[in-house]
Amino acid sequence: MSYTFLQNYWWFLIALLGGLLVFLMFVQGANLHLGNRKLSDLQKRMILNSTGRKWELTFTTLVTFGGAFFASFPLFYSTSFGGAYWVWILILITFVFQAVSYEFQNKKENLIGVKGFRVALMANGILAPLLVGTAVGTFFTGSDFAVNKLAIADPSAPVISTWGNGWHGLEALGQFHAVLLGCAVMFLTAILGALYILNNVDDNEIQAQMRQSIKKETVPFLVFFLCWLVILLVCQGYAVDESGIVSLEKFKYLHNLLQMPVVLVMLLIGVVLVLWGIFKGAFSKSRGGIWPAGAGTVLVVMAVFFLAGYNGTAYYPSCTDLQSSLSIRNSSSSQFTLQVMFWVSLLIPFVVAYIAYAWHQMDRKKITQDEISDTPHKY
Amino acid sequence: MDVIAWSRIQFAMTAAYHWLFVPLTLGVAFVMAVMETLYVVKKDEFWKKTAQFWMKLFAINFAVGIATGIILEFEFGTNWSNYSWFVGDMFGAPLAIEGILAFFMEATFFAVMFFGWEKVSKRFHLVSTWLTGIGAAISAYWILVANGWMQNPVGTTFNPDTVRSEMASAQAFWEVISNPVAVSKFFHSVTSGWVTGGIFVVGVSCWYLIKNRQKKFARASILIGSIVGIVGSFAVMLSGDSSGVHAAEFQPMKLAAAEGLQDGGKRAAFTIVPGIKIPGMLSILATHDIDGFVPGINDILNGYTDNDGNVIPSVSEKMQRGRTALYALAQYRALNDTDPDAAAQARTLLDANVQYMGYGHLEKPEDVIPPVGVVFWAFRLMIGLGMLALLVMLIAGWMAWKDRLDGKKWLWIAAIVCIPLVYIGGQCGWIVAEVGRQPWTIQGLLPVNVAISSLSAGAVKTTFFLFLAIFTLFLVIEIRIMIGAIKKGPETPNE
Repeated sequence: MSYTFLQNYWWFLIALLGGLLVFLMFVQGANLHLGNRKLSDLQKRMILNSTGRKWELTFTTLVTFGGAFFASFPLFYSTSFGGAYWVWILILITFVFQAVSYEFQNKKENLIGVKGFRVALMANGILAPLLVGTAVGTFFTGSDFAVNKLAIADPSAPVISTWGNGWHGLEALGQFHAVLLGCAVMFLTAILGALYILNNVDDNEIQAQMRQSIKKETVPFLVFFLCWLVILLVCQGYAVDESGIVSLEKFKYLHNLLQMPVVLVMLLIGVVLVLWGIFKGAFSKSRGGIWPAGAGTVLVVMAVFFLAGYNGTAYYPSCTDLQSSLSIRNSSSSQFTLQVMFWVSLLIPFVVAYIAYAWHQMDRKKITQDEISDTPHKY
Repeated sequence: MDVIAWSRIQFAMTAAYHWLFVPLTLGVAFVMAVMETLYVVKKDEFWKKTAQFWMKLFAINFAVGIATGIILEFEFGTNWSNYSWFVGDMFGAPLAIEGILAFFMEATFFAVMFFGWEKVSKRFHLVSTWLTGIGAAISAYWILVANGWMQNPVGTTFNPDTVRSEMASAQAFWEVISNPVAVSKFFHSVTSGWVTGGIFVVGVSCWYLIKNRQKKFARASILIGSIVGIVGSFAVMLSGDSSGVHAAEFQPMKLAAAEGLQDGGKRAAFTIVPGIKIPGMLSILATHDIDGFVPGINDILNGYTDNDGNVIPSVSEKMQRGRTALYALAQYRALNDTDPDAAAQARTLLDANVQYMGYGHLEKPEDVIPPVGVVFWAFRLMIGLGMLALLVMLIAGWMAWKDRLDGKKWLWIAAIVCIPLVYIGGQCGWIVAEVGRQPWTIQGLLPVNVAISSLSAGAVKTTFFLFLAIFTLFLVIEIRIMIGAIKKGPETPNE
């Protein structure tokens, strides 16, 4: 296997993990409904117990997404995490509160009360997709960093990747284009959350509320996503030539889309599937909208990652020092490591199969009010 | 304090908190899996209720372990940026295996185990319970492969073009995953989790005896808990023995610090506490030979000849060679495109000195000495508390086996007191392992002052206090909820 193939393969897997992560963030989106005043406390607990059986998959996918970046593109891991410090710290904090909120929330000894943990879950529901989406948005807008590998030989300033400003990533929240993607991801996860609850919980009032919510959230989602996409297609992008020299290219991402028709098709099919899922959830009696919307989400996110990284593109551009920009060629692990990981990755279908089997077994019986009232095994 | 100190404190604090929750996960997972197996085999509801009670405590603890774990993983990038780049290629494969094989196994089957009692078959549930524990253990193996590599960086080649350690062959990969330090660390860590889980189960069960409640449940739990804990204790001793030999071989300064050994020699004595020594014992423990030479701190600073006849240079010489390596690296990278011959010469010079490259970043030879007092006492506390826990579990297990637990209030109280003590012992173990290897993030290759991110001390100080507050809050809540759940008790008949 050639080095180039392996680098492309691992970018494909990163894109797939990114797509799965955004899909699985239906957990975050669904938890936003814990603040819905039209739902009773029992109904909110039904939602909590529904997402409570899936949150670990989302969390594990996030960990694996981070781990996969560390393993396959370590220069991104060291540059972005060490540089955009505050963004990642904020994301992490919302996730660690989420991790304990399920178990702690309805225990009387929990010190900060049910409301405290519900607020934590809702904060995670807003901030996590918003910040993750904005962080991915900087793949196209660029960030303020420089990379100098020789720095390690200088005892007085040995750090290879340095950030150019004291905001350490928070400045991305001032980048209009990046924030548009963050907002689009936030509304998308809210829609996916509603579609998931619609599918997983047997309760007429909850289902009515979810259908309402899907209608409300679809408009801002489409506005933010389409604005982001239009700007992306007309903006200049960061091209990398054969010798690794980075330059600005007008309409780079439009060129990528046209030069990679498979990605164009993926994007279009993905968007259609998301819209179909939304339609099923909002305007039909079907409860299965989560499946086309979920598959569509994975396809769209993968297409976005492909636009960022393939076809001679710097996926993590530096807007202050162009030649420090990271591409899948200059930031990856060695050929041997990628090859070992390739063989390991062949186990993924097996992992997906047992997750699907376990998920199917657990979801055969939908969550009902009786279950939440009667069973001791609940959040 | 500077950013290096704050980054170290933050990472140490996160790791310490993480290690409060992980051992219980590793230990109780095994205990409850055994109990559920008894339920399935004997078809006795009593064992189901017993397993479910321990699962409830397991779940309370599990979430906080995950929360602290994700912070730990991402701190590699956020606070140790240079380190992440330097080791990314080495850790890639182990992390990929950990993520794919262990994390998803744990996450998927935990949900089945916790919520699946009425949703899946008995056997599928039992398999899920075992797989939750096995997933946790597999995860521990791969993360300890990474940790073991940092203590003994085998199978690596420094690549001056990429400026990082790289794994270049199948043999190198095998060396990394079968690193003897990683293997003994894995068994030492996982089985110490069994000790923690064992003493936790025994201690909590003894509380019911004090309260004269749930005596059948308590006796059964003490029996299973003590068996798991005792097996764990002996495994800890065996793996601890090989850890000592590995420290002597790969990290002699850590061993010297743990022993407070200024000047080494043959037939070196083991210090139980200052003033009480066992002649020759340190040589036996470190080399399995009473005539084995064990270097002290001064020997390592000044250079010595090891047991295989190898001459180990002084730290000053290593520093000199390390600086030569750094100089050669700079030359190589500067000349590589313009003057291939000069670059080749620089490469030769680099290759000849690269094993000491990390020493080139040190300011003075004494920088290689870790905080001796901390490591020395942590080592003794770890062993002492571990032995105490073993003693209590031996007595409790024997009494439970013979059904003679009634009226042994001293034993019940001792078992409860041992719960916090075994945690202190576990923390001491990590202090020995991690403080003892300072100043290195990667032994000999990358000292902490070069491993950091380009952040201000103020930023890291802020996140340190933020994480400290969050983790402390979680710990307090967890303890309160656990106490509440214990007071409520299991759903087994109160007999």
